[in-house]
Amino acid sequence: MAARAETAGVAQSKKEGSRGRTDLAGYLFVAPFLLAYAAFLIFPVLLGLRMSFFNASLVGTDSQFLGLANYRELLGDSDFWGSLWHTVLFTLLSTPPLVILALVFALLANRAIPARWFFRLSFFAPWVLPSSVVALIWVWLYQPGFGLINSYLVMLGLPEVAWLPDESVAMFSVVIATVWWTLGFNFILYLAGLQEIPQDVYDAAATDGAGPFAQVRWITIPLLTRTTLLVLTLQIFASLNVFDQIYIMNTSGGLNYTATRPIIQYIYEQGFTSYRVGFASAMSYVFFMLVLVVGLAQFAVSSRRRRDA
Amino acid sequence: MALDTPSAPERSEATGKPLQDRVMGWIAFAVLTLAAIVWLIPLLWALDTALKTEADTTTVPVTWIPPSGFTLESFWQILSAGNMLRWYFNSFLTSSIITLLVVLLGSLAAFGFSRVAFRGRRLLFLVIIAGLIIPPQILIVPLFAEMDALGFVDTYWGIILPQIAAPLSVFIFKQFFDGIPHELEDAARVDGASRFRIYWQIWMPLARPAIAAVAIFTFVISWNNFLWPFIIVTNTDMMTIPVGIATVQSSYGVRYADIMASAVLAGLPLIIVFLFFQRQIVQGVAGTGLKG
Repeated sequence: MAARAETAGVAQSKKEGSRGRTDLAGYLFVAPFLLAYAAFLIFPVLLGLRMSFFNASLVGTDSQFLGLANYRELLGDSDFWGSLWHTVLFTLLSTPPLVILALVFALLANRAIPARWFFRLSFFAPWVLPSSVVALIWVWLYQPGFGLINSYLVMLGLPEVAWLPDESVAMFSVVIATVWWTLGFNFILYLAGLQEIPQDVYDAAATDGAGPFAQVRWITIPLLTRTTLLVLTLQIFASLNVFDQIYIMNTSGGLNYTATRPIIQYIYEQGFTSYRVGFASAMSYVFFMLVLVVGLAQFAVSSRRRRDA
Repeated sequence: MALDTPSAPERSEATGKPLQDRVMGWIAFAVLTLAAIVWLIPLLWALDTALKTEADTTTVPVTWIPPSGFTLESFWQILSAGNMLRWYFNSFLTSSIITLLVVLLGSLAAFGFSRVAFRGRRLLFLVIIAGLIIPPQILIVPLFAEMDALGFVDTYWGIILPQIAAPLSVFIFKQFFDGIPHELEDAARVDGASRFRIYWQIWMPLARPAIAAVAIFTFVISWNNFLWPFIIVTNTDMMTIPVGIATVQSSYGVRYADIMASAVLAGLPLIIVFLFFQRQIVQGVAGTGLKG
């Protein structure tokens, strides 16, 4: 459907282009949005770039040009690399379950007809909650002793886990809470993708003797490639920007700081706690470049996939 | 995108497909039900805790049914003593204005891009779409500096303005407008309607599904936004709900029933919105699939 709309749009604009007329009303329609876009997206992007070359502070005006000094400093800053690594680690740990579990649940939900609204509600409802609610709930669930999870572990005869303070567990605790929180979004995307696969394809395969698992392996998953690429892309970008739940579990729940602090949190601390605005801006830019590289790599992969398909 | 259309198992049962298929269906149902229950437990546990007396929250082993019975005490405590109502108002006001502006600016721009020929429109549209790759999180420092210079720190406009530049809404509206046939518009133009009237009286009523999707999404996302309000607001009275309960939570001490009551109160409006607009939200999410 999208592809068709796209082609129609292109054909349409060609037609008008060949007529070669410009309608000034067009500028009036796009102007309000463009104004907001320029003021609150483009301008801060440029302002941030400028700040990154200065010894800027948020309060004072006397900022001093430093050239690349901020960038040079952050390359040698182990806290920068550490927090960048936490962001990457969070992305590496959270993306596979968020994609695979969402796919499995969607495949099952697509079979299990009764009460599909119930599954949608259970998996998707957490997604509408604010991050701070999610963080508070999970800090509570992870409590030692009287926390629900540890309490059940003890009942099963298992040892308690120090979910939040233990350096080797802390990141997993964040990932578990995040999977619970955001899986529903991917679940819905997969459910929508599954609805677009026509039934006759399965009927034909069944006639040829393909069992349920063979059908999933050879029909469903290949036909879901576009959806999977979309889910992966959205997921990786969302995960790279992790901040809220880690920060809140940090400050209000005693989540291990040194094992989890993500890059956005370090940018926030440098900019708003240490008032090193130039340094924080330089960090934002290096991080943005990383996101851009990931984005370009994904674009390259998905466009090659599309050509092959 | 109709998620409720019947699919595989039901049809195969009707046409008498092999028993194996039906068994698989029931196994799938059982596994999924188990997963769904696991998913609901954190929500139910939060509600359960909020309904307990403080003393009952820390009993070991844990119990779902508290020995002293359920009580609404924590809810009254939070609503009467804290700033919760003020934060509700702040969240409601800012999210509503953001939603209104995003729908209005986005649909206007999309109409321009989709339906009016003007020089440079493809380039401009490309520039806007490029904005999708900029994570708002990296802009916190320069945006704060900008808002500070404009005197918007600790104001509603400070919360609102940075959230209205939403390229995705332009994209979604344009996709929708592109799919509407031209004949309708041509007829109106023959009748001498202005561009704006065509937008307002023909296109916007037609775009109701797109408006619903963009509006509900924008509302949920701005209501839940944590990072930006957290940065631009320092005054407790100006906080939105997510910021308020996360930062002032420490003042409750370790009163778990109160903390969970505030979490439940903060999450409740969204759950209600979700229950009412389930279909639109789900289709809105599925609609982002158009991009693929």
